[in-house]
Amino acid sequence: MPINYYIFLSIALFAIGIVGVLTRRNAIIIFMCIELMLNAVNLLLVAFSKMHHMKALATDAATTVGTDGQLFVFFIMVVAAAEVTVGLAIIVMMYRNIHSVDVNFLNRLKH
Amino acid sequence: MQNALQIVYLIPLLPLIGFLINGLGRKHLSKSVIGVIGSGVVLASFAISIWVFLQVKGGNTHEVHYFDFISVGDLKIPFAFKIDQLSSLFLLIITGVGFLIHVYSTSYMHEEKTEHFGRYFAYLNLFIFSMLLLVMGANFVIMFIGWEGVGLCSYLLIGYWFKKTEYNKAANKAFIMNRIGDLAFLIAIFWLIQKLGTVTYSEVFIAANLAKLNATDISVITLLLFVGATGKSAQIPLYTWLPDAMAGPTPVSALIHAATMVTAGIYMIARSNLLYSLAPFTMDIIAYVGLATALFAATIALKQNDIKKVLAYSTVSQLGFMFLALGCGAYTAAVFHVMTHAFFKALMFLGSGSVIHAMGGEQDIRNMGGLSKNLKITFITFLIGCIAIAGIPPFSGFFSKDAILLSAFAKNPVLYGIALFTALLTAFYMFRLLFITFTGKFRGTHEQQHHLHESPAPMTIPLVILAVLSIIGGFVGIPEVFMHGGDKLGEFLSPVITNHSEGHVSHSTEYMLMGLSTVLVLGMIAFAWFKFKNYQRTEEKGFGKVLENKWYVDELYDKVIVNPLHKLGGFFNSIFESKVVDGIVNGVGRAVSYTSSKFRLLQSGQVANYILLMVGSMVLIFVLQFFLKR
Repeated sequence: MPINYYIFLSIALFAIGIVGVLTRRNAIIIFMCIELMLNAVNLLLVAFSKMHHMKALATDAATTVGTDGQLFVFFIMVVAAAEVTVGLAIIVMMYRNIHSVDVNFLNRLKH
Repeated sequence: MQNALQIVYLIPLLPLIGFLINGLGRKHLSKSVIGVIGSGVVLASFAISIWVFLQVKGGNTHEVHYFDFISVGDLKIPFAFKIDQLSSLFLLIITGVGFLIHVYSTSYMHEEKTEHFGRYFAYLNLFIFSMLLLVMGANFVIMFIGWEGVGLCSYLLIGYWFKKTEYNKAANKAFIMNRIGDLAFLIAIFWLIQKLGTVTYSEVFIAANLAKLNATDISVITLLLFVGATGKSAQIPLYTWLPDAMAGPTPVSALIHAATMVTAGIYMIARSNLLYSLAPFTMDIIAYVGLATALFAATIALKQNDIKKVLAYSTVSQLGFMFLALGCGAYTAAVFHVMTHAFFKALMFLGSGSVIHAMGGEQDIRNMGGLSKNLKITFITFLIGCIAIAGIPPFSGFFSKDAILLSAFAKNPVLYGIALFTALLTAFYMFRLLFITFTGKFRGTHEQQHHLHESPAPMTIPLVILAVLSIIGGFVGIPEVFMHGGDKLGEFLSPVITNHSEGHVSHSTEYMLMGLSTVLVLGMIAFAWFKFKNYQRTEEKGFGKVLENKWYVDELYDKVIVNPLHKLGGFFNSIFESKVVDGIVNGVGRAVSYTSSKFRLLQSGQVANYILLMVGSMVLIFVLQFFLKR
């Protein structure tokens, strides 16, 4: 599959994420959109990595070029999972404090 | 082996320690302790000074080097003391007379509160320290440190009774007028550094270095140094601070404004005599300024009614004599007169202090009279001082004043004539003061008459010692015509001072001049006796009123210099300060607060806003990157 498809898919996912973050008020949906953006980038990373790997294989059957990127993606997913727990915990605390997950109530950052 | 003179640092250090103890402990120490410390440290310095003097007399002169004070590039200014004939002589005068005045002060200032008593002695010790630094320094920079130090102490002591605005003004006046001279002195130092790269005496005053200076340099440097001297030594046109300086306590006037500090200018020029001898133009100016000051101040002293003011103008006049001697190249005569003047003028100031003490603070001689009955010791010592300053042989003033008159005669008989006339005025106003104060009927209130008393021993003993010195002080410089080899002082100073007199006076002329001046002075005293033995208060009219008001010089300075400066200051205050400076400052403030009030709107606190802004900025950066990289 040409790399262009992956790039377009990634951009589409990332744009959906941005639009979601900018337009929605529900903290959980915003959080999901952030995850969507992260994973769009992740997808792009693994796609490029795979592309390099395929190119290198053409000249050398035993090469490992490009495999590191594919491994990295797993690390990113693990870190993202950890980050999600923190983010969700914050949202839970927010709900406990103001009984809502609407981010527009959180306008006290300037004080 | 180290030179024995290495320990001379103790001489200025002891008064400095005294200053610290008295200054810091003034609230905790008792008056007697303060008095003992204040006088004791000066006595110790005096003892060391005598030892130093004997060393120097034995031929041990030395430049004592302690450490490098300033070291910039090629310029090295060491912290060093020069101990030679000239400085050792001044050390004796300063610490000796200074000690007597400290002792006198313990009694004179006894009615002050303990705290102020301590402050007074602290200042006095600090003054002695600065003055010693001034004369001991081995280069112009150390001298300048002492020079500024004595100016500061003079300011502090004139304004000692700081609750009176008038006294504060007098202190300010002294400080500012001195500052004008100090500026010239400082420029002269810079000039020397620029031309020679050194300010150490032993390096400046050698032929090789003096040859590097051209005639203009020498004239300018000597003139600038002289301007510095006119400030410190109260010469025309910077003399008006000295009479006002009488606002300070009387012992201060005796120590600072008669015996020591005001002679700093003489010391400086005598120290630089090799330089001055190369500048005939400057020498002429010094002679004329000195003579003009002597005459001018003497005329003012004729009509003053404040006992201390008479003495103050007399001091200005005598300093004028010293400058006349310097200008005539008779440096030794000037130093000689510094010494004898220190004795008899300190004596008279202390005597006047005793009178003021007895009169309960009264200083106007029109309210005195007939005091000789009650203040016998004061009267006799004051009389001795008057005889000495008038120049009647064999009192000390005769020898030194005669040496000055002789040098003036050698330079120009016209100078001699004016100087002699001034000397006659001196005799007249001093004896006028003496007769009005001590003879005739008492003119004060009954209460004052009731309180009249001789001062206690700590005040009279210094008077007696100074009186003795005033009598015998002249014998160190007996002219050659009386006794071959009698001029011990000239002999002693000859290694450091090269006199530069023009022409020579034969012995018969010298006898004649001495006889003339003595006879005329005696005549003047008799005239004063007939005029003032039964003084009655009269209003001054015509020319007398001009003299009584000091030729209106203060008023003239006010009109010509002070008021225009005030006007200029007022103009800048109302226009430049309030419009321009304030406008800039307030404008900056307003601009910042306006722009920040606009920027503040960006910070809404809405998370969505922030994110939108962030995304927008990032897109902008990417687009810019994209186009600019092309």
